[in-house]
Amino acid sequence: MEKKTCLSLLVENNFGVLSRISGLFARRGYNIDSLTVGTTENAELSRITITVTGDDQILTQIKKQLNKLIDVITVIELKPDEAIIRELVFIKVKADDTTRSQIVEIANMFRANIVDVARESLVIEITGTRYKIEGFFEMVEPYGILEFVRSGDTGLQRGGKILSH
Amino acid sequence: MIPLLASKLILKCLERENVEFVFGYPGGALLPLYEAFRTSPIKHILVRNEQTAPHYASGYARESGRVGVCLATSGPGATNLVTGIATAYLDSIPIVAITGQVDRALIGTDAFQEADITGATAPFTKHSYLVQNAADIPRIIREAFHIASTGRPGPVLIDIPRDVQLENVKTGLTYDKIDIMGYKPNLNGHSGQIKRAIKKIKEATKPVIYAGGGVVLGNAQTELLAFAEKNNIPVITSLMGIGGFPEDHPLYCGIVGSHGYKYSNVVMNGADLIINIGARMSNRATSQLTKFEKDTDFVHIDIDPAEIGKNMETNIPIVGDAKTVLSELVQKDTVGDHAGWLAEIETIRSENPLVYDADPPCSDLINPKILFKDMSEMTSDNATVVGDVGLNQIWSALYYRIIKNRRYYTSGGLGTMGYSIPAACGAAFATLDKPKEIFIVCGDGSFQMSMGELGVIAEHQLNVNIILITNTKLGMVRQLQFDNYGKGHYSGTDINFDIDFMKLAEAYGIKSFKVDKNADFNKVLPEVIKHQGPTLIQCQVHPDFIRI
Repeated sequence: MEKKTCLSLLVENNFGVLSRISGLFARRGYNIDSLTVGTTENAELSRITITVTGDDQILTQIKKQLNKLIDVITVIELKPDEAIIRELVFIKVKADDTTRSQIVEIANMFRANIVDVARESLVIEITGTRYKIEGFFEMVEPYGILEFVRSGDTGLQRGGKILSH
Repeated sequence: MIPLLASKLILKCLERENVEFVFGYPGGALLPLYEAFRTSPIKHILVRNEQTAPHYASGYARESGRVGVCLATSGPGATNLVTGIATAYLDSIPIVAITGQVDRALIGTDAFQEADITGATAPFTKHSYLVQNAADIPRIIREAFHIASTGRPGPVLIDIPRDVQLENVKTGLTYDKIDIMGYKPNLNGHSGQIKRAIKKIKEATKPVIYAGGGVVLGNAQTELLAFAEKNNIPVITSLMGIGGFPEDHPLYCGIVGSHGYKYSNVVMNGADLIINIGARMSNRATSQLTKFEKDTDFVHIDIDPAEIGKNMETNIPIVGDAKTVLSELVQKDTVGDHAGWLAEIETIRSENPLVYDADPPCSDLINPKILFKDMSEMTSDNATVVGDVGLNQIWSALYYRIIKNRRYYTSGGLGTMGYSIPAACGAAFATLDKPKEIFIVCGDGSFQMSMGELGVIAEHQLNVNIILITNTKLGMVRQLQFDNYGKGHYSGTDINFDIDFMKLAEAYGIKSFKVDKNADFNKVLPEVIKHQGPTLIQCQVHPDFIRI
């Protein structure tokens, strides 16, 4: 059975590490839903969050193949109840004098921020889980979504455990 | 500390890794390194095409048990290495490939002879480096050899820009301790899993050991023999596992797969427990295994955790080195009585005998199966046979017997034609101080892919003997065309020019013979073995002899 899984990787900040990882997915036919990468508290390391879809066998293989890469130090699965997983989305919605306040009200309910206002549109910044964002999309859809951009999931384990240990 | 030119430092680092030979081809981006070679004790062997250089390194590595090194310049030199690197990757052979690169400032500008070789080889290198700072050279070379030769071995590439080679470095050989955060291969099997495996082995009534390349690469032949004998478990090998178990042993049960022995596939299908040691279970090996997954228990011992469960569902995974795990298993109380199963195997064997006969017109010329059977009787106990790819490979794998200290090398995973000549030469360089019998087995197709290397054979008077099986066809593809489309449906598989190989050998000063009867081959072979230096025997096989 296919399911979505969120993986968190600690990698050495070496030349070509991102292309090694993305290349691994491409050549083995694994689907990446999203991938985010950023610096960490240690300048020599980067942290990558990858969301993938696949059955258990594929997910196990993905983890093993990632672990085989020399630059990859740790791979863990971020389980929703043991981790905070969020995504940042910017949505540009059609908005005129009659609809603007309604959209702002919806945004407030979702604790989203209005980050740009124009005569015929609004840009809304929303952070949250996949479910929250889906819910928000559903609410603003009727007003007309002009475009949006999603950062992809990023996440951190809850509690005192840290990945570099 | 006196500053050292980086190009000299590179060779000093290679010396520290005990490198004797580098198989390479020079070019603009390697000028500083080649200048340094002039005064280095490391011997540079000039290959005749970069495409063969990784195969030399591979043959050298397989024969010596050490890391093989190949070298090529930037751009086309580097891209010419690609197939050989992939070949080593698929067979897990430890090689280090060094490439020249354009100056750092020119990278990304499509400069003359620039190619992104770390990018191009990423899918089939164990790891790769682009050296951006000469001070990193001691660390990178140390790590590269460590990564190539430990865990599951494989190729590592080091790409070195020309201007980096020209830097002066003060660090010297300071880097000693290897500490790679993301690389800690596991050698010892998990004790819980080993316990479970022992329980299964005790319970099994029809166990089979399936030995792969991991047994050969891990030098676990002695341990495997002890384990199999103690427990009376028959041993089947993969193509890469040839040499893992003596083929004259009563427990030896042949080679599995689409090109294996029929009886081996039948035995494997009948097993209730497969103990897989270092085999990948690739599609070619498992194509004849039908009922296998449903009612067979599966213990998989492999140093690479990603191989376990990749192609075959596994009940008991043991991540570890073949030698280490087998030495542990052999100490445990596992002895089972498999007399009934061994008797059943004898019946299977007699019901599926090896077929040597051929009908005219095929029987009028050399019968390659009999040729390799006879060759088994006449060659030494420590001969090395390097099979190329095609019918010649399968005939030599199936009918030449690997016993005692004999070795068999071939490109099993990638199936790279042209492998045998350079790989055998690499093996010959590895044994220069104690020459042994080395045989190259190739067809007229694979021979022509690497025949430029006759130049190296002649130049160094390498003690290699070429068994050239000629049928003016690309035999294995022709066989596939016959099987898939029927008689006469041959396309692109005729070599429409009957080359005078004797004259070609003569041009290189290589002693050569041409035979078209098995009896004549048997007369010539002892002469060839006695001869010091390279030889070639052209063996005429009928084009319609396509059975393996």
